[in-house]
Amino acid sequence: MNMFKTAAIAASLALATAAVHPAAAQDSGPEIYAKAMAGKRVLLVPMAMGFDLAQGWSAILKREVEGFGGTFETRDPNWSVEAGAQAITEAISSDSKPDVLIVMSPDLNSYSKLMKRAQQAGIYVILVDNPANFQADAYVGSDWTELGRLEAEAVIKGCGPDSSKKIGLVQGDQVNATSLFQYAGIMEVLAKNPDFEVVAQPDSNWDATTSRNVTTTMLQQHPEICGIIDFWDGDATGAAAAIRDAGMTDQVYLVTTGGGEETTDCKLLQDGTFDAVVSTELVNESEAMVAMIKYLLQTGVEPGSQPAYLYTLLSTITKDNMHARSCWSLKALQVAAGIE
Amino acid sequence: MAAKVFGDLRNFNQERIVLVVTLLIFATSSIFLPGFVAADNLVAIVRSVSVLGILALGMSLVIIGRGIDLSMVAVMAMSVALYLQLLNGGQSEGIALALALGFVLAIGLLNGFLVAYADVPAIFVTLASGSFVFGYVRSQLIDTDAVTVPAGHWLLGLGGLRIAEVPIEVYIFAVLSVVVFLFLRFTKWGRYIFFAGDNPAAARNTGIPVRPMLVLRYVLSALTAFAAGLLTAASLQSINTRVVNSNLLYDIVLVAVIGGIGLSGGKGGVRNVLVGAALIGIMLNAMTILDIPLIYQNLIKSTILLFAIIVDGLINPRDEQTAQQGDI
Repeated sequence: MNMFKTAAIAASLALATAAVHPAAAQDSGPEIYAKAMAGKRVLLVPMAMGFDLAQGWSAILKREVEGFGGTFETRDPNWSVEAGAQAITEAISSDSKPDVLIVMSPDLNSYSKLMKRAQQAGIYVILVDNPANFQADAYVGSDWTELGRLEAEAVIKGCGPDSSKKIGLVQGDQVNATSLFQYAGIMEVLAKNPDFEVVAQPDSNWDATTSRNVTTTMLQQHPEICGIIDFWDGDATGAAAAIRDAGMTDQVYLVTTGGGEETTDCKLLQDGTFDAVVSTELVNESEAMVAMIKYLLQTGVEPGSQPAYLYTLLSTITKDNMHARSCWSLKALQVAAGIE
Repeated sequence: MAAKVFGDLRNFNQERIVLVVTLLIFATSSIFLPGFVAADNLVAIVRSVSVLGILALGMSLVIIGRGIDLSMVAVMAMSVALYLQLLNGGQSEGIALALALGFVLAIGLLNGFLVAYADVPAIFVTLASGSFVFGYVRSQLIDTDAVTVPAGHWLLGLGGLRIAEVPIEVYIFAVLSVVVFLFLRFTKWGRYIFFAGDNPAAARNTGIPVRPMLVLRYVLSALTAFAAGLLTAASLQSINTRVVNSNLLYDIVLVAVIGGIGLSGGKGGVRNVLVGAALIGIMLNAMTILDIPLIYQNLIKSTILLFAIIVDGLINPRDEQTAQQGDI
């Protein structure tokens, strides 16, 4: 009798405890997450692996993807559009095809059909940094028109109201979306500031030597120029060399754009090579990609059915507003990801 | 009738045609483009083609000896990238320079050996070695496309050096032009290059050391490429290995060939390089002043080149006597 009583009390106690902490032992989230993510393959196809942006994305993605038990791979087309197309084609048809394909498109159209095919094969496609004529599952990167606006505002501010108000542009080329949209953004702002005038707008073809040569000519033809916008930090070192050679470092305000890597941007702002860099904030950009990957893989929406634009917040870094977190260090990211 | 007119122009070889075209563009630009004839702009023109011209000097040594060196741009970018990478990694100046130079010499010797002794066509050897140099250095030895010159290095001083407000590259281009000219014109081995290029078999029969000389030429072109790379790094304070994928290599061949150095070998000299470089430099400068977009610049450049080649073809028709085996 006593024993029965004790057992009854123990049982009711146990029940009560269970009722008070019902979820303590069973959060279903991690299981759902692990089931959706484990063993998933993510493939990054940038324009090349040899520059700060691609290496930064890859370092962050590697850590995150391996963190959820997936496989992360990269392909290096080394600036060749054909090699990139081949990498995508192979990825679609291979046995171990990726679940998420991240593409940095060299221009608006080259990969559009291929990426569509990838989606039809059940692969999510994320476009990074360079827009294309294609409905990606997500575009993650800069709004390049806005970036152009910020560059124009930076150069207007850098020149100041008492300057010659004459500006030179060193464009990239006439096919890459980033170049075309930057130009559109710059012109939009200049239209609102009619006293500022673009006096020359040569192309650098993204090459530093060409950028130096065209900038030299530009400065000789228009020695009154107060500011120059070069469309990429990769070749803006050439424009900077031309300005330095002409002894016009103090007179000409040089604005460019980049991913905010320490040695390519902040160091060059510090030593006066560049005056302002509109940064695409690579770390945030990469985390947005990671979030998209996790979301897509868990929801399992049909690839291509729900396109989204994840524009990264842009910021204009100058020597004066630069702080410890303005730039990121590729070395540090690579150490964190275990990349030699 | 037409044949008679062209017959009178028989002396008008490609070099002169290009020279006339160059002078025409120069004269037109001087009249119509404000600021074109300013001293600063003329210096800028020469400077913009200095590195290209230096590379073309090395290339022309090889071409005159009936060869071609397609590895030049790879050697130029990768050897300097390697050098700077070593410096950035904390190597001492002496060791870094010695290793980079050793690398350059090794590639030159390898190219020369394969062409001279293994009898592999130069176009294949150098195409392959160029890809190898790029691939090996890029994947194994350096981390990024662009390698910067470390702070306080002598290259930075060199890049900023001006003598009478003229950048140092211009002087180096001038000095190298004179050296190559003297070598080709007045040294025995220089003269032999023409013989070997014109008729390798006959040159060999007369006792000229055709094969060792071939090796020497590839070593020289590799060394010129290294010098050109150092100058590029000095000016830009970094070297971007992406240049290997650009059309710089074609521009080098172009400067040599448009100036009148035949790809079939045995013809040409420093003067042809200078004329070719002048045409390219003036054309690009004028188009930049006119703010012509790059796509149109390429179109105009190629049209003028095509024009020069067509005129040359009309005035100096190929026949059994002028054509050579191996003519491209």
